[in-house]
This record gives sequence, C-alpha cells and structure tokens, in this order.
Amino acid sequence: MMEKMIFGRYIPVNSLLHKLDPRSKLCAILIFIFIIFIANNAITYGILAIFTFLALYSSNIPIKFLFNGLKFIFYLIVFTFLLHILFTREGDVLVDFGWLKIYERGLTQGIFISLRFLFLILITSLLTLTTTPIEITDGMESLMKPLRKIHFPVHELALMMSIALRFIPTLMDETDKIMKAQMARGVDFSHGSLKRRAQAIVPLLIPLFISSFKRAEELAVAMEARGYRGGEGRTKYRQLNWRTMDTIVILIVLSLGGILFIFRT
Amino acid sequence: MEISTRNLEFKYHVNTPFERLALYDINVTIPPNSYTAIIGHTGSGKSTLLQHLNGLLQPTVGEVHIGDVTIKAGIKEKNLRPVRKKVGIVFQFPEHQLFEETVEKDICFGPLNFGTPLEKARKKAKKAAQQVGLSEDLMDKSPFELSGGQMRRVAIAGVLAMEPEVLVLDEPTAGLDPRGRMEIMEMFANLQREQKISVVLVTHSMEDASKYADHIIVMHKGTVYKKGTPKDIFSSPKELIELGLDVPESIRFQLKLEEKLQQSIGKVTLSIDELARQISVYLKRGSTSQ
Repeated sequence: MMEKMIFGRYIPVNSLLHKLDPRSKLCAILIFIFIIFIANNAITYGILAIFTFLALYSSNIPIKFLFNGLKFIFYLIVFTFLLHILFTREGDVLVDFGWLKIYERGLTQGIFISLRFLFLILITSLLTLTTTPIEITDGMESLMKPLRKIHFPVHELALMMSIALRFIPTLMDETDKIMKAQMARGVDFSHGSLKRRAQAIVPLLIPLFISSFKRAEELAVAMEARGYRGGEGRTKYRQLNWRTMDTIVILIVLSLGGILFIFRT
Repeated sequence: MEISTRNLEFKYHVNTPFERLALYDINVTIPPNSYTAIIGHTGSGKSTLLQHLNGLLQPTVGEVHIGDVTIKAGIKEKNLRPVRKKVGIVFQFPEHQLFEETVEKDICFGPLNFGTPLEKARKKAKKAAQQVGLSEDLMDKSPFELSGGQMRRVAIAGVLAMEPEVLVLDEPTAGLDPRGRMEIMEMFANLQREQKISVVLVTHSMEDASKYADHIIVMHKGTVYKKGTPKDIFSSPKELIELGLDVPESIRFQLKLEEKLQQSIGKVTLSIDELARQISVYLKRGSTSQ
C-alpha cells in the first residue's frame, strides 16, 4: 500500500545531486521557488522545463519510478488545469460548445500554472529523493544558526525534525505490522461502507498511539542515559562541507533567474 | 485442512528501486493435523512465508492452496475472510495489537469480526482465556494494565477464540520467562493433539522444534534448504551449524563428547533422556569390549 509513496523518501543511488552539500540544495530550491514566478511566456517556461529535466537527469533517479510515485499529484495538476480552463473568461474564444466556452487566456493560464506546479513539485521532491533526512536537518540547523541571536531554539527544532523524520519509516513498518495482525483477526480495511472502514481504523490507531508514546518515553530515557543535555557545546559527527560544486550550483540557479528575467515579457 | 505452495516466489516493492526477492521456489505442504516447525536464520524469509499462509501476502509467482481456496500470482483474491477465519496467525510480539477497553472485548474481537454472535463470542473468549491460563478476574480489566506476559496471553487467546483449523505462530514465546514459555508451548501441543488442528511454528529454539514438531522446514536465504522429520534434519548437525543455526542441546553435547572421545557414540538424539540412554548403552558396550 505504502510502497509506492515517494514523498519524503530517500533513494540511495550515486549522483551529482546526492553529493552536494544539503545547504546548497536547500538554498538552490528556495531561490528556485522565487524565480519560477518570473516565467510568463512560452520561452521562459521552455527554459524552466529544460532546467528541470537536466536536474532530474543529474539525480540518477529512475524517471519512471518518480512519475509513478507522483501519480496522485498529477490528478491535482489536471484539476487546477481544468479549473483555469473553465473559469477564466479573458481573451478570444477558442472553442464554443454553447454551454462551454474555452478562452485563449484560460488555456494559456491553465498550461502555465500547471507547468509551474509540476516543476515546483519535481524540483522539491528531488531534495528529499537525493538527501537523507539527517542531512536535511543538519543543513537546516546550519542555515538557521543566525536565528540563535534572537533566542530562537534552532537546535531543538532541528532535533525535533530529525526525530520525526527518523521515525517515519518505523511508524510505517509498525502500521503495516498492526494492520496485518488485525487483518488476520478479520478486519477488512479496504472493503465495505465508509462507516465500516472508519471503524476499522480504530484497532489500528490505538495500538499505534500506544507504541508511539512508549517509544517516545524510551527514547527520552535513552538520550538522558547517554548524557544528552541540549545543543550547547555539542559537536557533530557528520561535518557539512561546502565545495566548489555547491557554489556553482547556486550560481547556475541564480543565472537561471537572470535568463528568465531577460526573456520574460 | 491442508495448505500447500507451488513454486511460490515473493518480491517486496516490485517495480521500485527497493525491489527485493524475499522468497523463491517454495514448495511446501502442511498436512492436516500436523505440527510443522520452520527454522532459519534471521532474514531467511520465514515470516514472509507465514504471511502467505492466510493470504496477507500474495505470491508474485506461483500459487498457494489453502484448503479449497487457491491464491494465484497476479489474480487479486477478493474475499479472503473465510481463509483468515480458518488460518489464525499469532504474530511476533502479538501484545502490540491489543486495543480494546477490556481483556474480554479484545479476545472477542476476532470471533465478532467473523460473524459470531456476541453471547457465543463471549463463551469462546472465556474458553480461550482458560486455555492460555488467564484467570477470570482479569477479563474486565484493561489489557494495558496487565504485565507483558499476561498481555501476550491475551493476544494469543484472541487468535485461539477464532477457533482456527490451522494455527500459525511466529515466535510466540519470544521474551517470556522460562516457565511461561513452557506453559504456552505445552498448551499449543495439547491443542494440536486434542482439537485435531495443524500448528505451524516459526522458532529460533531448536529444542522446541525437535520436541514438538513432526515436520521441520529449514529456510535459508529465501528458499527451502531442507525439509523432513526432526530426526532427518538433525541427523546432520554440522550442516545446520554451517548455516548459522543452532542444534538442540542434546546434539551439541553429543558432538562435543564425540570430539573428546574421537569416536561416534551412535545416532543423534533429540532429548536429554534419549541421550542419557544412548550414552549408558555406549558405556556398557565399551566396558564389555575392553
């Protein structure tokens, strides 16, 4: 059931993107999110498409796997596309069925917005696909360091994030196990009326909550036992190191913004 | 009821980069009213095989026959409920599946799901609780107030109350104290004899496998390495040790003794009593030949 989910999943293959510093990836994506809004015509969207494709290509992630995992998102994209086509009433009428008029602006808007959506999702999923959760939190902690000046609990936030991310697979495994145990006792999770299915969730959720609370307590005790006392003066086993390639990636994304600016209308 | 598999193969996460072959070429038969033990190293595919026995997993190649139901690769079987009623599985650490407010309700959960009326389900729950040795005053308590061992018994009772024809056990006594282990293993053995059901036991304890089972299946790296009676399996103990498996204590002792004596004292023995008899025979023979 959950094996096709690729949201937030790390794929351990070797690639250029995998080797980058998480900080440069985070920054590059942040910049990308802003510059994607610069594009407003066919040429600029074309440039973005090429960029996205190159990024996917350099990640070594099997494209088919990526698209299979994002199927759900595609429905969302189609939905936004249809909304734009149906409700934008600007420009020339392209098709007229009497009850349905498709306007030129509606069509272009629909295509552009869907593409923007698609590129955003592809590029942001590349982050989690090529970076381990630990790397992401390390990168975030390091990027947010300046916030400590205003007493923002950067380390605690990063710790919370890494614990949450670390336990996603554990929780998934546990869900799978308990589901199977209850299925063996006659629970049917996938058939029957909505009410029945909602009821079937109870024997799954309660054991899951109980084991999560237990695990949280055990984890807290284990951390204390090993002398954990917050981030003050704590050194890191994994050192982040910023290489030339990371600078180049940032420059590439920035210049992409520049190029888009030149070609926009 | 008989369960058999034909050329069963199972892959996890098919068509993803995580694809992994977990089982292949599995041809096993679990005859009616038998006691089968499945042994093997961690990761040899024992637990994956178990989940095929009541359709929780469906093979990616081959087929599984469960009574008169056939589960074939690639064909989604819709109604597996009758199969799940007949084949009860007690998973590893089954106490993690408890969720009801009272012990009684939790034990009744299975029977009620399979359409047993409430009154009858409560009777079955009472009987199952007795079988696993839970005292009656625990029935109205919350399962979460109980000790780990008692919770385990409640969870096992929950499966017994379904009155399955085949009882599949995945290391049911892991983490229990020695006395609890013995009681529970004896209970399963009695159940198998008296109620004419089949038991499939996955275990790391070679003592349990040799003592209770009449068939043993040895799994290694996702396939059946060997199958046969305990005598067959343990007659070549060195092979099992090479697979990283343990052998019963009596055999371990015998091997050490033979190493010291530099000669064989006879066939392998499966229990301490048998071993003692064999050694005494050996000693007498030894003294007469001198």
